[in-house]
Amino acid sequence: MIPRAVRWLMLLLWSCTALGFAQSGELRFSLHHEPKTFNPLQAEEDSSDTIVYLTAGVLTRVNRQSQALEPALATSWKITDAGRTITFDLRPNVYFSDGTPFTAGDVAYTMRQLMDPALYSPIADQFRTGNGTVVTRELSPHRISITFSAPLVGLDRLFDQVAIMSEHSPHKEMAVLGPFYVADHKPGAYVLLQRNPNYWKKDAAGHQLPYLEYVRLDIQSNRDAEALRLRRGEIHLINELDSEYYDRLASMAPGTLHDAGPGFDTEQMWFNQVPAAPLPTYKLAWFRSTAFRRAISEAINRADMCRVIYNQHAQPAIGPVSPANHFWFNAALQAHPYDPQSALRRLQQDGFRQQGGKLVDRDGHAVEFSLLTNAEKKSRVQMAAMIQQDLDKIGIKINLVTLDFPSLIERITQTFNYEAVLLGLVNVDLDPNAQMNVWLSSGENHQWNPKQAAPATPWEAEIDKLMRTQASALDPQKRKAAFDRVQQIVWDQEPFIYLVHKNALSAISESVVGAQPVVFRPQTYWNIDTLRLKSGAGGH
Amino acid sequence: MKIARRFAWFLIAATLLVCLNAGFLAPAHYATQFREAPNAPPSRAHWLGTDALGRDLFSRTLYGTRVSLLLAPAAALLSTLLAGLIGGAAGYLGGIWERLAMAVTDLVLSLPWLFLLITVRALLPLDVSPMTSIAVTFLLLGCLGWAASARVLCAGARSLRQAEFVLQARVSGMHGFRLFAVHVLPNLKPVLYAQFWISVPVFILSEANLGVLGLGVAEPMPSWGGLMRELETMWSPMAEAWKLAPLLLLVMVVGSLQLLISREEIPV
Repeated sequence: MIPRAVRWLMLLLWSCTALGFAQSGELRFSLHHEPKTFNPLQAEEDSSDTIVYLTAGVLTRVNRQSQALEPALATSWKITDAGRTITFDLRPNVYFSDGTPFTAGDVAYTMRQLMDPALYSPIADQFRTGNGTVVTRELSPHRISITFSAPLVGLDRLFDQVAIMSEHSPHKEMAVLGPFYVADHKPGAYVLLQRNPNYWKKDAAGHQLPYLEYVRLDIQSNRDAEALRLRRGEIHLINELDSEYYDRLASMAPGTLHDAGPGFDTEQMWFNQVPAAPLPTYKLAWFRSTAFRRAISEAINRADMCRVIYNQHAQPAIGPVSPANHFWFNAALQAHPYDPQSALRRLQQDGFRQQGGKLVDRDGHAVEFSLLTNAEKKSRVQMAAMIQQDLDKIGIKINLVTLDFPSLIERITQTFNYEAVLLGLVNVDLDPNAQMNVWLSSGENHQWNPKQAAPATPWEAEIDKLMRTQASALDPQKRKAAFDRVQQIVWDQEPFIYLVHKNALSAISESVVGAQPVVFRPQTYWNIDTLRLKSGAGGH
Repeated sequence: MKIARRFAWFLIAATLLVCLNAGFLAPAHYATQFREAPNAPPSRAHWLGTDALGRDLFSRTLYGTRVSLLLAPAAALLSTLLAGLIGGAAGYLGGIWERLAMAVTDLVLSLPWLFLLITVRALLPLDVSPMTSIAVTFLLLGCLGWAASARVLCAGARSLRQAEFVLQARVSGMHGFRLFAVHVLPNLKPVLYAQFWISVPVFILSEANLGVLGLGVAEPMPSWGGLMRELETMWSPMAEAWKLAPLLLLVMVVGSLQLLISREEIPV
């Protein structure tokens, strides 16, 4: 016979355990490098970005699943003055993690900090369109307008990246409005985030979010060790998995793996078209020929790359925009077909011919070039080896050169002493504005021929014009039409030969409840405030 | 010990013989990609299975062994010659020459050779063939690896400088390079041999280290280092034991070479 008091105690304990499911536990995953800063306005690398996402409060938030913009600290907003001014209505009764109240003054302070040239904030560049200053007007404690010197397209979406800082808190940037705050940091070992008791968001039932008590970010650069720790249950998720690790984990922990489909990033090769490059004139002539680039593209078997290297966790790339980018992808385009015969026909029309199994140009030069890639990235070296074999079939010889990343970057940005290169581009923003530096002929990242005084070709001039059109038009459809045309020109001219879009692969322990992996960064923990751990899965 | 040394000779000779005949023995060219069978287990068509790109691992191991096993001794020969010249001359001449040569040796020893090698390699022209790239890699290894041996040879030459037979030769009127070539160098031969045999496995392992970093021999040419890079993501060695073949071969060859360096050949 159990005494009544003990029975009540047992019931209480059971209830606590059941409720503990809602607000408890420590989610653990890895950062691959030490975060360089805790100042959210200065974050520019992966580890700092992760901490910003988990701790920062923002005025507007792009829903990583629907890709739509949603209210966050701002309940509503209005863009006026032809795209120069945005007025936010702020959420009332919101407090920073240290209890300091959140007001329009904090937004004004954040904008002053952000636009301060002495801070060198990488986020600020997107707000710098004209020469004038940014003017903030506090219309009330919970209403503020921000005016820029020139119109900004997609202005409201840009605030997804601006972490609001406290003007009056003695803790400065460590006082946050996001779901967690930094509770402990041991350099080289871990960053411990604790639940923000003042976080403004509640779930549908009115419970305070986030559900998790702690997030522990272990600093672990070794990907093998990270995968092994996931297998052992020491960490709960891996945000970006290579296909190789995905397949290995598939046989050991199949329930943990998620393939969200093609991601936003691209892998591409390009030829050096810089007029001043230290290359023979005849090679520059090949690289500048559209027919030559198109032929190379047609001779590459992208489907084989997806199957052999990525084990079908990739898709042949069509252009700079992945099909995962629902709005901006030009659906009228198709992937370039693998057709070596068509490639040979194109080359013959351009004056090339086959001689003893080798391809030679009209002056008798054997077609041979070096293809550079970074040694650290195994999948790129493998892709280059496959291209080498594919092009060998049409008589082109490739010398594959693997270099350490800094040496490679120096060659493609400083000395231009290279012939062709295979690299990837990480796309963290859905909007084409983020790619202005790539597509404008004057851009530093216009890799095949950067920093041109005037466009070298008519099609580059047209891209310049279209990119400026989309950057200044406020009508989304007009912008879309302009960027669709850019994608079409890139497809026709192939200054970049796009190879594959890798799928967004992730691993999430079965003990994590509420995870909905997506392709948009941060793929696995974008809804961190509603993630939970099953009982006993993560004690602290 | 004698039997073990004979067995080591046999292993090295057999490995050399097999890899020199790679062109006849390999069932496929080392670069041919059988894209329908990537990461295949051993079969009649592919005795050691295939790599991630479907290339026959047995063929690649044969060709890779040839590269590592022929070029590492070449690099060791170069570095031993340099060491003999610099260290031997420094020990023989003594005085300021010895101090100067040893200062240079210390400087070379203190250099982070891996970074130096990566930097020098990054400066090379890009349009070199894989064979040239291999030769350059081992040439660099040879040119950078003389310093440790030079110290040993300097000590050996210093002790010979005061030897009675050298003094007698001097008294007889023999000086300079002739004395060095006729009396000093032949007596340094055991030390030179020992340094050569010690350097061979060092260079094999150096190339393997570079290969694991992806900076050794250029694709698609195989080498032991490049083949062992495949093992990076191997979680369960027993499930894919055949992939350990290049590693076992490396251990076997380096172990055999160490066994051949008998104690009496190493100067104390």
